[in-house]
Amino acid sequence: MSNHQELPNTLQKTSIPVLAQETSGFFALFYKEVKRFWRVSFQTVAAPVLTAILYMMIFGHVLEDHVKVYEQISYTAFLIPGLVMMSLLQNAFANTSSSLIQSKITGNLIFVLLAPLSHLEFFLAYVLAAMLRGVVVGLGVLMATIGFVDLQAYAILWIVLFALLSSAVLGALGLIAGIWAEKFDQLAAFQNFFIMPATMLSGVFYSIHTLPSIWQTISHFNPFFYMIDGFRYGFFGVSDVSPWMSLAIVATFFLIVASIAIRMLAKGYKLRH
Amino acid sequence: MSAISFKNLTKQYGSLTALQSINLDIEEGEFFGLLGPNGAGKTTLISILAGLCKPTSGFATLMGFDVQAQFREARRRLGIVPQELVFDPFFTVRETLEFQSGYFGIKHNADWIDEILENLGLTDKANKNMRALSGGMKRRVLVAQALVHRPPVIVLDEPTAGVDVELRQSLWQFISRLNQQGHTIVLTTHYLEEAEQLCHRIAMMKQGQIVALDTTKNLLARVSHDDQRKADLEDVFMQIMAGAHHE
Repeated sequence: MSNHQELPNTLQKTSIPVLAQETSGFFALFYKEVKRFWRVSFQTVAAPVLTAILYMMIFGHVLEDHVKVYEQISYTAFLIPGLVMMSLLQNAFANTSSSLIQSKITGNLIFVLLAPLSHLEFFLAYVLAAMLRGVVVGLGVLMATIGFVDLQAYAILWIVLFALLSSAVLGALGLIAGIWAEKFDQLAAFQNFFIMPATMLSGVFYSIHTLPSIWQTISHFNPFFYMIDGFRYGFFGVSDVSPWMSLAIVATFFLIVASIAIRMLAKGYKLRH
Repeated sequence: MSAISFKNLTKQYGSLTALQSINLDIEEGEFFGLLGPNGAGKTTLISILAGLCKPTSGFATLMGFDVQAQFREARRRLGIVPQELVFDPFFTVRETLEFQSGYFGIKHNADWIDEILENLGLTDKANKNMRALSGGMKRRVLVAQALVHRPPVIVLDEPTAGVDVELRQSLWQFISRLNQQGHTIVLTTHYLEEAEQLCHRIAMMKQGQIVALDTTKNLLARVSHDDQRKADLEDVFMQIMAGAHHE
């Protein structure tokens, strides 16, 4: 141990060189977020795929001969893109929100907050990892269910576009919820009373044209409806509203949600006091 | 140039003043002690330095960089060992250090990570999940994380709380070696004998203010006993806290 009676002679000491920054910290944070969900993929990927298969088997079996949404398209075929999108949305949300709330409550978020990462790098790393999980789960649901029906892509670009944009929206929403929530039950409330109803009532299981007019009107205020309707257009070439309108609404919604999330990060809301 | 500089730093949480007009310079290469009772403002001061907390007024610089406006440059030069025993349960020790290195944009850091692991007695735990480690081992990993980007300034916020004697000794040997190599060390601790043995200079805080700031030698010279017993830092601390005249 050093002797307290001696003051350091700083001139005799070597100046410590700062290690050169070779790349952005964004890549490490993104990779960490991906590795986090992949390490528990049985829970984060396999479980939601199984849930979607059960939905398809039960609803498809019960309603196949009773419900006809679009001409030439079986109910099960109609259902599958909806289930794919629903799983994608819920898992993109779950990735950012659960990662953040866990890191906040266990305290390990400090390691990210101490790093020289900007709020934009933070946002992109979390949201891109959420998009990846959403897309992986969505692909899993599609692969697991596609054998049951004759389902072909009408316009693959629309499918990809809506999958990416919608997962980005939910990833950013998860970021907002994860930053805002201080306890697991607050996050559960956000998920159960906002995300879940908004996705379930967005036309996953039905076309809004089959609803009473008041519910049709209400559905038009649900941005999740446009995500599923635009995504479904990519498979069948038919939709409840124009895919261009859906794209404009989903893109606008993304800009709003992303702006709020980035603003919260820039301000350090509930992260830096 | 000071390694750390606080200028007129004030932090308020509503009506509570956590820090009041703090002015303090810590020179490069110092082993500096920051002492005070719970709630004195030590952790708030460190949090402001780390960018975890924003000052209400005043500013802090680290190696000449403003910790708010030039946060990237400042944070690259700072390693913090937090007070709480926090860890990410998804990863192994090595992964934890690799990610931490990556957050600082350092890709090729395996040699330095191996060296830290060896110095902290963690080599055989490198591939163990963080959950499987004892409290003392987790504490070592926290120290390793703070060092992974080889920062010139290292802040240890009560690093030996709840740690066994053996680890304390090996930790202080390692930290002292880093100090001898030129790293600036700032230590907060409730173990005053550690501060007395290690620190060249000490600031004592109470209720958000610095109430004493001097070399350890001069602080010890302030107190004398009638029975000729040599004063230790605990005697000095108790006397200063009781008087709490501000410097």
